[in-house]
Amino acid sequence: MAKGEITINEEYCKGCELCVEFCPKGCIEMSTEKYNSRGLLMPVFAKPEECTGCTTCGFMCPDAAIVVYRFDKDKTPVSED
Amino acid sequence: MNSETAGKSLAYEKPKLINDNKFHFCPGCNYGIIIRLIASVLEEMKLTDKTIGLVSAGCYVQTPWYMDVDFVAALHGRAPAVATGIRRVHPDAFMFCMQGDGDLGAIGMGHFMNAMMRGERWTTIFLNNACYGQTRGQMAPTTLLGMRTTTTQDGRDAEKTGYPLHVAELAATMKGVVYAARCCVNTPANYAKAKKMLKTAFQKQLDGPGMSILELLSACPSNWGLPPKEALAFLTENMIAEYPLGEYKNVEPKIDV
Repeated sequence: MAKGEITINEEYCKGCELCVEFCPKGCIEMSTEKYNSRGLLMPVFAKPEECTGCTTCGFMCPDAAIVVYRFDKDKTPVSED
Repeated sequence: MNSETAGKSLAYEKPKLINDNKFHFCPGCNYGIIIRLIASVLEEMKLTDKTIGLVSAGCYVQTPWYMDVDFVAALHGRAPAVATGIRRVHPDAFMFCMQGDGDLGAIGMGHFMNAMMRGERWTTIFLNNACYGQTRGQMAPTTLLGMRTTTTQDGRDAEKTGYPLHVAELAATMKGVVYAARCCVNTPANYAKAKKMLKTAFQKQLDGPGMSILELLSACPSNWGLPPKEALAFLTENMIAEYPLGEYKNVEPKIDV
């Protein structure tokens, strides 16, 4: 059950793969065919159902390309901190 | 709330102090993480309006381009000298100096040492990536022994070029320093620790006189010649072994001036 989701700004992303490295659930994977306008391979949000909205990919992205959302029906109200 | 954001709430986006300019850093460089870390701590401590940042030469020198606070760009290594002047004019300002290893450790060592001896009140953020990143990876004072750079082709040799410089330990020996610590952002756990240390360092400056120094280890994938993931692994295995993380000095600021 997905608790959150992310959006990747492809014009900011440089394809360094650190989000793939740090996602604890392995939700993000590197694409083999998706490029941005600078010709860099992009990560894709491959397993949205596993996402917990932990925001790790957001703050560990060196280029501020990832925005994280949490779904409101989430039972654990952790977004208040 | 439009239809795209209905039923969900924002959990993370870049700090509001960071504007929409694209970072110019190489892919996988930790500086992008560190700049956003500084911005988020400034926002959380509500220091935005009275902050003056200083940068001198290094890859981080374009930070004013990305962060919407007042900045002064000093000459190479001269951030402490310019900061001293600003401090005399603005005794109530909140100031932080961003300095790199070529800047603070090599050309600006004299300025930095004298600023520490005087116990100047600002926070120095020392970005240590073990090479001169901006000029394509020559040997820096903090380069590890045996590490290959463009000016040490066979690895750094202690007989020819000496030993690595440990800034956090050096700063901890100075009486004018109230806080000296080293951290890095190679894992989410270390990111949380770095954020806590940065908050402590900023709070020390607000509490009273004395310099607070935070050394941040950073990976430099381009100049180390490694992909971003392997550069982080190199940082975890080799850099942290040479430069242990932790707090080296944490004392109360002297109230009598």
